[in-house]
Amino acid sequence: MRYSGFRVIREALRGHTGWGAAWRDPEPKDHYDIIVIGGGGHGLATAHYLAKVHGQHRVAVIEKGWIGGGNVGRNTTIIRSNYLLDGNEPFYELSLKLWEGLEQDLNYNAMVSQRGIINLLHSDAQRDAYIRRGNAMMLNGADAELLDAAAVRKEYPYLNFNDARFPIKGGLAQRRGGTVRHDAVAWGYARGADSRGVDIIQNCAVTGFRIEEGRCIGVETERGFIGAKKVGCAVAGNSGRVMDMAGMRLPIESHVLQAFVSEGLKPVLPGVVTFGAGHFYVSQSDKGGLVFGGDIDGYNSYAQRGNLPTVEDVCEGGMAIMPMIGRARLLRMWGGIMDMSMDGSPIIDRTPVEGLYFNGGWCYGGFKATPASGYCFAHLLATDQPHPVATALRFDRFERGYMIDEKGMGNQPNLH
Amino acid sequence: MIIDHPLLGPRDSSEFVYLGDARMLDRPDPDAPDAARAFYEYGYLRDNPAGPHRELWFHEGGDRSWLVVTRDTVTHEITRVEMARDVARAKGRST
Repeated sequence: MRYSGFRVIREALRGHTGWGAAWRDPEPKDHYDIIVIGGGGHGLATAHYLAKVHGQHRVAVIEKGWIGGGNVGRNTTIIRSNYLLDGNEPFYELSLKLWEGLEQDLNYNAMVSQRGIINLLHSDAQRDAYIRRGNAMMLNGADAELLDAAAVRKEYPYLNFNDARFPIKGGLAQRRGGTVRHDAVAWGYARGADSRGVDIIQNCAVTGFRIEEGRCIGVETERGFIGAKKVGCAVAGNSGRVMDMAGMRLPIESHVLQAFVSEGLKPVLPGVVTFGAGHFYVSQSDKGGLVFGGDIDGYNSYAQRGNLPTVEDVCEGGMAIMPMIGRARLLRMWGGIMDMSMDGSPIIDRTPVEGLYFNGGWCYGGFKATPASGYCFAHLLATDQPHPVATALRFDRFERGYMIDEKGMGNQPNLH
Repeated sequence: MIIDHPLLGPRDSSEFVYLGDARMLDRPDPDAPDAARAFYEYGYLRDNPAGPHRELWFHEGGDRSWLVVTRDTVTHEITRVEMARDVARAKGRST
């Protein structure tokens, strides 16, 4: 069923009796060409692009809970492509371009809102670094704009420009960045994949891999063995757990990252703002809540809930750049489990096991990467070749010394 | 989280700095023929278990000792706290 304005009016006149389920609830088949483990944003996007771009229709997505119940529903919904390094920037710029066409592609309203993002800068050295980053972005086809303090003040007059320690001296803006309704991304990709014949199997945990003579021939699940020519794992947060079943140790630690929403307020923040001297990012949802976050808690965790010292730290970051945030009450906070890779950059690669492929290590940045992650993982699964913008996102970069250390930090903030 | 320091008693975890998996005490032999591979695995690969995890915490806001804390990564429950010094000595490391 295609969604359209006409359809909405038609259903309104008929008592909304004609809407069907957005995707099926199929029984798993005995065998698929490709199985994607993980029904989050990345896994569903992978299945969508496998079917749409590569004509793969014998595909299943296997999810242990319900789709979109993990990090795609737990993030701060920001999209952007303001990276510096060659291994990253073309990938994230592809992602942003896919975001721009996402709703037409999926025929689904994901509320993609290019309201712009500004990274604040607080010193002359940081201005130089941002100029360099902006130039790197433009070389890769992204947009970037350096703002002076007056230009930032015009857009965000209430920020703390006169802070003695970290005065706001300007910012690097990416106007094409913004926010997306995150749950709708999972639902839209699920609907897109399902309509092209992909089976989305929910509430069916993978309990093991069947590996014979170094080749993965399927997965053991709570509903029995399901065979496959190829298996892709897109379970960021739980990558360590799942790949352990294939006997692999990863350059990844799982950490908890918290996010926060204030009570609903009248429109105050037109775009996304990030603090350049601490770790704090904030936007305002369409319902009015200020959505913000900061650092990971900093210790291995699979708990999906964080502790209070980080809450204090994040709120201090907010108070430092936007003192009026202290007048808003915190409504909700929650935690999601991140795959923190050792250099802070992701991995989309084959594994030493033939027929087993891996997608993970997304650190803080999984949500914005969703379309490109799915696009590139589908490309790898279908063609056995890395997509041109993902050639650096390989397992062996750590052993070869080609880390993509965008901020010089990975699972913990020690420089390396 | 409260870490029950063997010498100082229960202390808030915010007094500590976290380093990670206690296997970092097992530094590979730099003279071994496969040292490059061993150091890559030591430096970058992790077991990353969901469940009990032995990990290193540094009491930066206290007596500056290193601890080996056994903590469940699913519940955050801490079941054992040892001095890293004692753990290393038990492995036959320097006195």
